[in-house]
Order: sequence, then structure tokens, then C-alpha cells
Amino acid sequence: MSDSPAPSRYMRVVDRRADPPGRSAVNRERFIRRFKDEIKRAVDDEIGKRGIADVGKGSKVSIPGRGLKEPYLHHDPKTGSRDFVLPGNHEYIPGDTIARPDGGEGGGQGNEPGEGESRDDFGFVLSRDEFLQLFFDDLELPNLERTRIGDVTYIHTRRAGYSKDGVLANLSPVLTMRMSIARRIALRGGIARQLAELERELAGLEPTETERRLALEDEIAQLRARRGQLPFLEEIDRRFRARQPVAVPATRAVMLCLMDVSGSMDERKKDLAKRFFALLYLFLERKYSAVEVVFIRHTETAQEVDEKTFFHDPQSGGTLVMPALQLAQKVIETRFAGPDLNVYVAQASDGDCGEDDAQRCAGYLRSELLPRVRYFAYIDIPSSHPSGWFNRPSDLWQCYETVADSGFAIRKVHDRRDIWPVFRELFARKETSA
Amino acid sequence: MNPWDLAMLPAPARLLARSAPERPWPRLVSRPAVPMPAPGVLRAATPIAVGTEWTVPLLERFDVALAAHARWLQLDTYPIQYEVITAAQMIDLCSTIGMPVHYPHWSFGKHLLGQEHTYKKGMSGLAYEIVINTSPSLVYLMETNTLPLQVLVMAHAAYGHNAFFKSNYLFRQFTQADGILDYLTFARNFILECEQQHGWREVERVLDCCHALAPYGVDRYKKPARLSASRERERLAERLRFAQHHYNPDVAYLYENAEVKPEASAEAFDPQENLLYFIEKRAPKLAPWQRELVRIVRKISQYFYPQRLTKVANEGAATFWHYTLLHELYDHGQVDDGFMLEWLSNHSDVVTQPSFDAEHYRGMNPYALGFSIYRDIRRICEHPTDEDREWFPRLAATDWVEAVHFAMSNFKDESLIEQYLSPKVMRDLRLFALTDDESDRSKYSVRAIHNEHGYAQVRQMLAAQYRPEVHTPPLAVTRFSADGDRALLLQHRVERGRLLDADAATEILGYVKELWHFDVVLEEVDASDNRLKIHRT
Repeated sequence: MSDSPAPSRYMRVVDRRADPPGRSAVNRERFIRRFKDEIKRAVDDEIGKRGIADVGKGSKVSIPGRGLKEPYLHHDPKTGSRDFVLPGNHEYIPGDTIARPDGGEGGGQGNEPGEGESRDDFGFVLSRDEFLQLFFDDLELPNLERTRIGDVTYIHTRRAGYSKDGVLANLSPVLTMRMSIARRIALRGGIARQLAELERELAGLEPTETERRLALEDEIAQLRARRGQLPFLEEIDRRFRARQPVAVPATRAVMLCLMDVSGSMDERKKDLAKRFFALLYLFLERKYSAVEVVFIRHTETAQEVDEKTFFHDPQSGGTLVMPALQLAQKVIETRFAGPDLNVYVAQASDGDCGEDDAQRCAGYLRSELLPRVRYFAYIDIPSSHPSGWFNRPSDLWQCYETVADSGFAIRKVHDRRDIWPVFRELFARKETSA
Repeated sequence: MNPWDLAMLPAPARLLARSAPERPWPRLVSRPAVPMPAPGVLRAATPIAVGTEWTVPLLERFDVALAAHARWLQLDTYPIQYEVITAAQMIDLCSTIGMPVHYPHWSFGKHLLGQEHTYKKGMSGLAYEIVINTSPSLVYLMETNTLPLQVLVMAHAAYGHNAFFKSNYLFRQFTQADGILDYLTFARNFILECEQQHGWREVERVLDCCHALAPYGVDRYKKPARLSASRERERLAERLRFAQHHYNPDVAYLYENAEVKPEASAEAFDPQENLLYFIEKRAPKLAPWQRELVRIVRKISQYFYPQRLTKVANEGAATFWHYTLLHELYDHGQVDDGFMLEWLSNHSDVVTQPSFDAEHYRGMNPYALGFSIYRDIRRICEHPTDEDREWFPRLAATDWVEAVHFAMSNFKDESLIEQYLSPKVMRDLRLFALTDDESDRSKYSVRAIHNEHGYAQVRQMLAAQYRPEVHTPPLAVTRFSADGDRALLLQHRVERGRLLDADAATEILGYVKELWHFDVVLEEVDASDNRLKIHRT
């Protein structure tokens, strides 16, 4: 307070801006919980509509206003008579009449607008977290036998206090010195007590008891010598930092995107593939603390490229899938071989390759790739010809179909609308049979 | 050119137009009601602050200055606590009706999300202030406001509303400002505990019902008991002790499976207006904790009841006082011209009353109406005209501070308008009264306008418009039979043929039935007890 005449009043300014946010988070959460079904439907619709790049952002959703209205008792405006007063008269005199505006609404509703619950949709903004929570609700990690295999774990040694034995490299000097000091204090205390006792006895001796005196003096001298020679450091003082191996779930993941960019893959197919990859990425990002993405494209040859090239750089040529798988294998071995990594592979193609290539691929997958990866998803994007011989399953599809592995899944995607259901189906929470 | 816009024309044009036919009401006088002081009068050299940046010490200095003027104007207030908050926190607060603590419920979340959405999209601004009747009075200052706005909010909420809460008879009689926060904390804890014990679905179901019936959870005439969290807690503990001591499984079984005796007759009693109270005490199958939930919603609804009756009076008083206090600051040279211009622009947005045919007309603006009424009281006291002497013989040329305080302390909306709405305010707002008659639905007929013959009628009709029965159709419990089929009979007394909306009535009955567990019937009767309509669940 400044120059005011001593305000004895109670008054203060409290700065609440730094208070933890989200005092009403509980109400927000309750609202979402109550209308979960409606909101989820809206979220799914929203995903169908928007570009995949924005899928991860929080967004506005609208749910039908009907379910969430809070009813209140009111009069039926179509019955009875009433008076009301309005402001802003500029032409009427008593006895005039005003035609009722159409629809019964309008000027006459003096005091009721704003009170009512509109029947329109109720729009609101979900945060990114809330959005993704609903988006991924009841999707499980794409491990089909989760209970048996569990998360990928690796052994990590963790500090676990101190122990009396260990290798010298783990010696803890501070603790060792502390133990040494403690030991010396303890031993010295015992000796001092003995000394004091002997000295008291010595002082109380008669001058005639020479023999006893000599014996005592000798003992005292011995004790003093022992006290002076207490070892500075002994074996039992040593303390070592202990380490314990524990299994921790891997928190990093790598995702390999394989795509066929040969001439037969047109923009539509690439777009579908991109959507699928983006969804997978979002999903992994939620699950793991760090997700790395590797893009591998292939025609007859395979190469690792950046995202932009992957999706936008046109290239043409024939199709061989095998090199891409081999490159993926090489990438995993050289860069992502650690035990703490979850490797996911997503492959998108129109499956338009030679039969022998397809067969080799299936074999390679079974023997080499699948044991190393956590999940391998293949989506087949057939050309949009609806009929004719062209509609038969592609070679790659036919061969992949023979691969039976719990970490392997294939699906067909025809349309943008299919992406989400396919993704859901691939990664849906599986009933685990005992 | 619309000939009724005469007042807006420049002088020569008005002279020319003089020959136009005389209108039945006097021409508008657009002179400020409270004359502004002549420039330079009493103006000190140094204002407290210039510019728009605010700091906490500055706010404190302004509060000291406001307090001094408020003392001089005899404003009696509860202790004040200012809280500086962010916009997000303001949205939070608005979603729980301004309560800093409240029990969790989805409807608050709904308001939160809706408000947040419209705010972020720029479709609506935020409330400048939100204040409820507590002691100490919590006044929220949003960090994004400029200094003049902060001072405006301080004068409006911390002095205007605060003084109104402390002096108005409704708040004095019906609420206790010092008990409400404790009570809400108690309610919150109790409800959270119930959710733990009985599951959130069950709790939410009961609360939904209670919320729909909250307008019928008030005693309109009887003074409610004091709110006290500690007494509530004691009562609950005692009930629990009793239940544990006297629990008898056989009796409980019999009670649960009691047979309904069909022959018993309905109990006769005086009509009960407080439906939630009746349910809390008499509902046959509610569990004790459910009764407590009903009680909590009822108590809180009761607490807000005076607020519902005093929208115009409360906002009008607060607006009048901030207007007066800030002009006092100006007259004492404590603020500069820029400061005045800034808050006046906000002030005039708030007290704008669009005319009924304007696109943005949203009904009567309580700020505009209330502000005009209080300001006119001051004008009548200070500069009465002959008309005022005729209409307000006991008000003209008296002490205005006294008069405004009297008006602020002893009236609710309905009576304030009935007593104080002056012909000048009716002319300024160009009020006119319409009737929507049952017999002819195609048109409204104009009953009275702002002229000599119409003033009394317009005033009376406007006052009637603020009766709570106009918005909330009154219900009463008239009959139920405790030993018979346990059906509950509710009654709506129909005024001037205005029936209930059938859909809403059915829905509300559904909620009543959910709490009552047996049949509920709602009958609508006219003044001579003829049954007009029956709603059933």
C-alpha cells in the first residue's frame, strides 16, 4: 500500500495466474465420459473428412444437441395470452396492431431467447490428447498375443544400493571411508574403556604390590600400542556400488514404410498408402516415447529416401519387391538391431509384381524378416477397375496369403474410406484365448 | 427519412421539419442525465496512473482511492479479495456459475466446452466480471484487461455488486455470504464420496434429475435455515451412527419389499411449492445418500434464488456505482481523459439497448434498464422537473445518495420497476406494451406507449414481466397417498390460459418419477379449479 492513510480494511490482490490449470478438467472429462458414444462417432466422421496430416491435431467436433439438452419446464408459446414490453418504439400508437412475424418467433419473444436449449449441434474443441484417446479407443498394440509375449523388453542394469563385494571398479570411496572411520571409532572406544579401567586400578594400588603394578603397566602399554596401530583401511570397510539387472519395456520404436513407386502406382494409390502410414505413425507415437521413421521406396531397385521424395518424387520402372525387403532387413540389422527397439514394418503396394519375385518375397519374409520385427502389415491397393480379369488377387497378395504368422497381417484397401476400418481391423484388440 | 428521427437531425433541418404533424408524445431530449463537471474544476495535477498497463501495486492504489470514494458514498461492502486470473481460468469460473469450488458434473463441462469453443473462434468475448455473494467477496480480474478496464471491474464488482449483496433485503434474508464456500466444499466432498461408494452413473442419474428440478427446489417465502457445512457434516455422521446401531436385516427386508396397500386414501395437506424438499423428505424409495444429493442441489438452488429475482436491480446498481465511482475519480483528478474514454467505450457497449426490431435484439438488457432507473433516481433528486415532482413527490429534490441506497436495499426487479421507472426512462428507452391475445394469433396489439396515458400501464406491465412466474411456471404438490398407490399429483395453476409445453412437461415428469419411483401426474387447472390438461409420465 502506498501513501494512503493507513487502510485498516481487509483487502488483497492474489495472483492466481500461476495456479495449476484445469480446475474444471474434471467437469470436462465428465462431459466426454457421458457422451462418449456420440463424441466417438463425431471423431470418426471427422477423421474421414480431414487430411491425414492433421489427424493428430485436436479439433472441433459437433455432436447432436438433442441428447445433451438440460430440459426445463416452460410455457407453450402457442397457448394463452400475455403482455410484454419492448424497447425502441418509433411508430406505434395505442390501438395499432403488429402482424406476427412468421414462425411465431421474432419481436414478440421479449424475454425468452437465449434461455432455450437449441436443437442445433453442439460444437466444441477437443484437445489433442482427448482426440487421440477417442481415436485410438479400444485399439490395442498390434501384438496379437499380447498376454503371452508381452511388450518387447530388454535387460537393463539398474543401480540397487551398495554391497560388500564387487569388482574394484565399482568401489565407492566415500562410503568405504565412512565405514573405515566408523570402524576405527568403534574399536578405539573399546580400547579407551579398557585403558580407563586399568588406569583406575593402577592408581588404587598399594605401593607394596609391585608385581601387579608391573603387570598392569605392561598391559596399558600394550593397549596404547594397539590403539596407535589401528589399520586405516580394512577389507571389511569396502563398499561397492551394486547393480541389478531388470527387464524394462522398450520405449523406442522404429517404423519402416515400404512403398512401391513403380509406374502402376498412381497418385490415388500413393495417397491411400500415405494415409495408412500416417495412421500407423500416430499410433506408434502414442505408444512409444520415440518413434523413428524410415522410408524405403522401390521399383526394380530399392532405396532409402526422405519423406518428401517418398511421397512426391515420381519415378517409373518395373516392380521387384525383393530388393526392398532386403534393404529393410539391412537397415534393421545395421541401425536398429538393439534389444530395446520395437520394429514395425508397413508395406503398401498394388501387388503388381512377377510371380517368382512374390514367392521369393514370401519365403524371405518367413525366414528372415518376421523374426526380427514386431509387426508387419501389408496393405494391398488394387487398381480401381471394378471388373474383369484384372480384378483377380495380385501375385504378391496370393503369396503373402500363405504366410501365417501372428505378427503378420494383410488387408486390401480400395478407397479412402477403407483406411480407417482396415487400420482398426489390423490393430483391433484381439480376444486372447487361454 | 423517417420523420421520427427528428432528434437526430442537425438544427436547420429540424427547424424546417417543425411543420410536420405533432406526435402524441413529446420530442426526445438527449441531454446527459448527470451533468458532466465543467472542465478543469477540481482537477488535480497528477493522476494515479496514465496509460493502459497495470501492475498489482497500481491496482492496490486504485482500490484505496475507490474505497475512499465509496466510503463517502456510504457503500457498505464485505471484505474484498481480488484475484488476478487468466482467460482460461475465467472460462473455468463461468462454467461453474462463478463458484470457485463446485461439485463435478457433466453439465458444467458442457458449458465449459461450449464457451471455450465460441471464445477461441472469436464468436464471443468473455464476461468482464463474475461475482457471487460470498464473504470475502471474490473479484476476478482478467490479466488481459487494460488498466481502465481493471478499475472498471473493481468499481463494478468489488463495490457495486458487493454493496448490493450486503444491503439488499433478499440477500440479507435468504443467503449467508460467509457460509457458501464452506458448504460447497462440503457438497463437493460428499458427492465425490458418493461416487466412490455408489458409482458415478448412479450419482449422475440423481443429479441430472435434481438439476432439472432445481427451479422447484426453493422456498419462495419461508426463510431458509442457515447454511453450515459443519452442521451438515455432523448431521450425516449422526445418521450413519444411528443406521449402524439400529440396522436390522429383517426390517430392512420388509421395508424393501413392502406391499402396497391399495385401499388407503390420499393424504390431504397444503400445497407444497418446494418440490425437491418434498422429494427429499417424502420420496418413498430414495436411499439416504440420494436424499442428501437432493438436499444439496436444493440448498444451492435456494442460494441462487435471490440472484434470479434481482437481475435488473443488481446489475443496474453495480453499473450505476461504477459509473459514479469512476466519475468521482475523474473529478478528483485521479484519472485522466484517456482513462475515461477507454472505460466509457466499454461501459456504453454494456448499457446499449437495441430496439426490438434490431437484428441483435436479445430482449431487455438488464444493465441498460437498471442503469437508467438508478441514474434517473439521482437525476430526480438533483434536478427534478415538474413531471418528476408530480410522479415522485417524495423523491424530488432529496438527498440522492440516501434515495439510491434505499432503492438498492429494499426492492427486487419487479418492485423496483413498479416504484421507480420514471416517464423519462420510458421515453428514453421508448418502451411500449403489447398484448399477444389468445383470440387472435395473427397479430400483436399495442396496448400502451410512452405517453401521458400510457406511462402507468407500461410500467405496470414491465414490472409484471419480471415476476418469476412468467419464466418458471409455478408447480405445487397437491396430493399424494403414502399408503396407497403412492402416486404424486402436481398442479400447475394456469394464468391467462398459458399452458405448459407438453414435451418439456413430459420430460420433467420423467425426472420427477425417477426420484419418486411411482406414478406422477401433472394437472393444469385454471383459477376456478377446472382441470384443463393432464400430463402423465
